[in-house]
Amino acid sequence: MDDIITLDYGSGGKKTARLIENSIVPALSNPALNALTDGAILGDLVFSTDSFVVDPIFFPGGDIGELAVCGTVNDVSVCGAVPQYLSCSFIIEEGLPLADLERVIASMKSACEKAGVQIVTGDTKVVERGRGDKLYINTAGIGKLKYPGLSPAKIREGDAVLVSGTVGDHGTAVMLARSGMMQTELKSDCAPLNRLCAAILDTGAAVRVLRDPTRGGVATTLNEFVEGTVLGIELTEGAIPVRPAVKAACGMLGLEPLYCANEGKLLAVVAPEDAESVLAAMRSLPEGENAAQIGVVTAAAPGKVLMKTALGGRRVLQKLAGAQLPRIC
Amino acid sequence: MKPSAEQLLAAIRGLPLPKVRLMEVCGTHTMAIAEAGIRSLLPENVKLLSGPGCPVCVTPAEVIDAVLTLAMEKNLILASYGDMIRVPGSIPGDSLQRRRALGADVRVCYSPMDALDIAEANPAKEVVFLGVGFETTAPGTAAAVLSAAERGLSNFSVWSMLKTVEPALRALMAMDGFNVQGFLCPGHVATILGEEGFRFLPQDYGMPAVISGFEPEDILLAVYKLLRQIADGAPKVENEYTRAVRPEGNPLAKAVMAKCFTPRRDLWRGLGEIPQSGLGLREELAAFDAEKKFGVEIPGPAKTACRCGEVITGRMDPTGCPLFGSRCTPEDPVGPCMVSSEGACAAWYKYSDQ
Repeated sequence: MDDIITLDYGSGGKKTARLIENSIVPALSNPALNALTDGAILGDLVFSTDSFVVDPIFFPGGDIGELAVCGTVNDVSVCGAVPQYLSCSFIIEEGLPLADLERVIASMKSACEKAGVQIVTGDTKVVERGRGDKLYINTAGIGKLKYPGLSPAKIREGDAVLVSGTVGDHGTAVMLARSGMMQTELKSDCAPLNRLCAAILDTGAAVRVLRDPTRGGVATTLNEFVEGTVLGIELTEGAIPVRPAVKAACGMLGLEPLYCANEGKLLAVVAPEDAESVLAAMRSLPEGENAAQIGVVTAAAPGKVLMKTALGGRRVLQKLAGAQLPRIC
Repeated sequence: MKPSAEQLLAAIRGLPLPKVRLMEVCGTHTMAIAEAGIRSLLPENVKLLSGPGCPVCVTPAEVIDAVLTLAMEKNLILASYGDMIRVPGSIPGDSLQRRRALGADVRVCYSPMDALDIAEANPAKEVVFLGVGFETTAPGTAAAVLSAAERGLSNFSVWSMLKTVEPALRALMAMDGFNVQGFLCPGHVATILGEEGFRFLPQDYGMPAVISGFEPEDILLAVYKLLRQIADGAPKVENEYTRAVRPEGNPLAKAVMAKCFTPRRDLWRGLGEIPQSGLGLREELAAFDAEKKFGVEIPGPAKTACRCGEVITGRMDPTGCPLFGSRCTPEDPVGPCMVSSEGACAAWYKYSDQ
């Protein structure tokens, strides 16, 4: 373990996990925390929190306010709960134009309306210029647990691995906006996923687990599903939906779509016989129109995520090792 | 029409060859081969090695140590390609990323021109761009230096760690125990140097050489052509990447490089000191030469258990290094080959089924 915190510890990858496991969980240990799910399951309530430090605060397809609402709504939703109330804290660097803050608040309002949630409590702090970067937002949210029992522990051999749409849109759009390199049509996929989660779970299908692959991307989230277990996941390269613009931009920026953050996508592991009905439920909504099965759960590669390449070769997909993208959420 | 991957693999398997070892010398090839799983598809008698083609990996630890020292100078912004940020010097964990967390002003750039913009926006600070790479990045770096001279930007300088491919390959082939039967030549470098930049391989060494693009099919076709040359005993330079590489290369880029740089001796990880293998700034551009401006001194050779040097000269597979996967991983790298996205060890660790 390093003696200081570097950006790698905020990447959502291996070092973030190490920090949580070595320094945070042992000190604050309790059953709800130790489960390390997206939100804490407290009887029939789900409680989750997330902080947002994205730079720039406005990016193609969204802004830090919309992200702050969607991020927490999604963390609560993928636990099988219906998100209801949010808190919101602003940490503002002095000098931020009031118009920018109001624009962010307006998009939070519209994201709340879209997701059917309300911000019911909050806090505001202002720090000296240079002690923060424009605007940081923390949100927390609670929801009623409606579909209990979702867990990676439910995953079985032969299960289908589904994604609700194109991969890597958010991370790539933000990186492009930061680099100022290219003008493209590329937009963040930032969106609330509560409607999509409900549509999937209302099918009555045997859904094992849902997760929104944010920092660390699809590759990291899938690794979290199977690491330390007797099961693995085999993905089919050609089946993973990636926008051509994302592929091209990732090539230029030296990134990989499977490690880029998503802010409006779901990964679902479901029983094989239910894959079609869940895909149909996803595709019935605009936020799931590009849903696809991207892989299967296999006993052949315990604890690993494998990729079957277009050429027919095989390779391992690890968790994200270091910071791929600085501050994308 | 180009043959398909299946056809190429069948053709490769059909060639009656003893064991052959082929080397690529380009980080993008290293990654492309690993990403497409090409090693798992080739017959057992064909072994693909990663040579000194990743610019970060060929930079010795003692040079990184000097970079880390420079980064701590007051009022100095160090601008670098992202790959350099996590490379440790002689002390594992001590990298620009760590120095940044300790207060150094380190910025990641995608182009030397970004560094120029940073210099323009921060007139009270010195901006040093770490010019890393081969002939591919050299013209862009040269253009930035010439543009800084034109714009009279006195707070901008470049630390040139730029290297050239030919002297390194010559040094590599002169090493004891060198055991490679053909080179998969770097498509990007060849867009600058042209086919002529690799003629010395068959002419002086009887070494088969094929310039390759970066799609899996490009690489398989180049491998096939190399094997064909070996089977026929007829070494030559072939250009598989004709859609980007001309026989004469890019004369404009070569001219810009010549205007800015002059060959000098340079230090390579694994290969040691090679005469005329680096590109230093010309005397008349000394004002933009960070090494002169800041009196940079490279400490003596650093001691490290890392075997990167043997890996990038084809003498050892990454898994042969005692640190590989245990003390040296992408999240806690000891050597540069494990850091750079183009590094042989990183590619091996990331993609191969250990």
